[in-house]
Amino acid sequence: MSTATTTEDQVRFFEIEEHEHPEGASTALGFWIYLMSDCLIFAMLFAAYAVLGGNYAAGPAPRDLFELDLVALNTAMLLFSSITYGFAMLAMARGKALQTQLWLLVTAGFGAAFLWIELHEFAHLIHIGAGPQRSAFLSAFFTLVGTHGLHVTFGLVWILVMMVQVGLKGLVPANRRRLTCLSLFWHFLDVIWIGVFTFVYLMGMLR
Amino acid sequence: MSQDAHTAHHDDVPHAARHHAAHGHAAHAHGGHHGDHGEAHGTLRDYLIGFLLSVVLTAIPFWLVMTRPLADPTTAVIIVVFAIVQVLVHMVYFLHMNGRAEGGWTMTALIFTIIVVFITISGSAWVLWHLSDNMMPMSHGMPARP
Repeated sequence: MSTATTTEDQVRFFEIEEHEHPEGASTALGFWIYLMSDCLIFAMLFAAYAVLGGNYAAGPAPRDLFELDLVALNTAMLLFSSITYGFAMLAMARGKALQTQLWLLVTAGFGAAFLWIELHEFAHLIHIGAGPQRSAFLSAFFTLVGTHGLHVTFGLVWILVMMVQVGLKGLVPANRRRLTCLSLFWHFLDVIWIGVFTFVYLMGMLR
Repeated sequence: MSQDAHTAHHDDVPHAARHHAAHGHAAHAHGGHHGDHGEAHGTLRDYLIGFLLSVVLTAIPFWLVMTRPLADPTTAVIIVVFAIVQVLVHMVYFLHMNGRAEGGWTMTALIFTIIVVFITISGSAWVLWHLSDNMMPMSHGMPARP
């Protein structure tokens, strides 16, 4: 350690270490930064809704359109999917690949139910002439809620891909890392949905 | 290439020296090796507590709006407070947020984001609601409103 050679090694070591981050060491932080940037996208959409949400253009207002029973059911679907994803993570921590896959499947089921109900609502609104082109309120509504729904769609695709990945490779470190990122993504979407049902649906009914 | 260098390096330099030299990265590297499946999930208890709290914090606002036992402004304040509390519950019990993960950088990024989100939403609302108020007399006179 005190010889010249070792010192040289140490100097060289700094060079190498710069490029030697272990695989995936920074994935969690990087993915978190992505989620924060996604959070900013939703902040813009919430801000747009806050500004435009009262501009009905003499068209229907929230209380004419929203069915709280359906929204409550949707919220329950997303909440159930959050806890079942938690169970998938716990199964992963115990190293049970099959259990992880099964809980992922259950999560995907709840996620799909959420999407189906949301699309049903959208189709109904468009059918009765309350589509995104009707008023600024409805444009902002469809953009905000639709963007959330799009995220859930991609989350679903990701869940299905991870079920296949776990089936093919098992719970290898790379898959654990991906499942951890997906966990953050999925719970993050639930957090955004809290904002949606509170500020769009519940506040809309009070307006 | 770097993989080779890395392997050779392991053989040459004593473990302790390596750690000493890599002081700045030591915690980070450990996070990569062990943290993937060590820190990012909670316990069954965490998830169940989070779930039960979420159910309560969701059910009460829905019930308040569906049955309207209170005056509207009171209801509005309560559901906003419940939403904020539920977001915190999700962050703690589902996202497992704490100030120590990644050397505090996730928390730093989160706080920064919250500040930007707050400025964006409150700033937009503040400016444009005032704008709408000021535009009101004009829109009354607009004939094109169907």
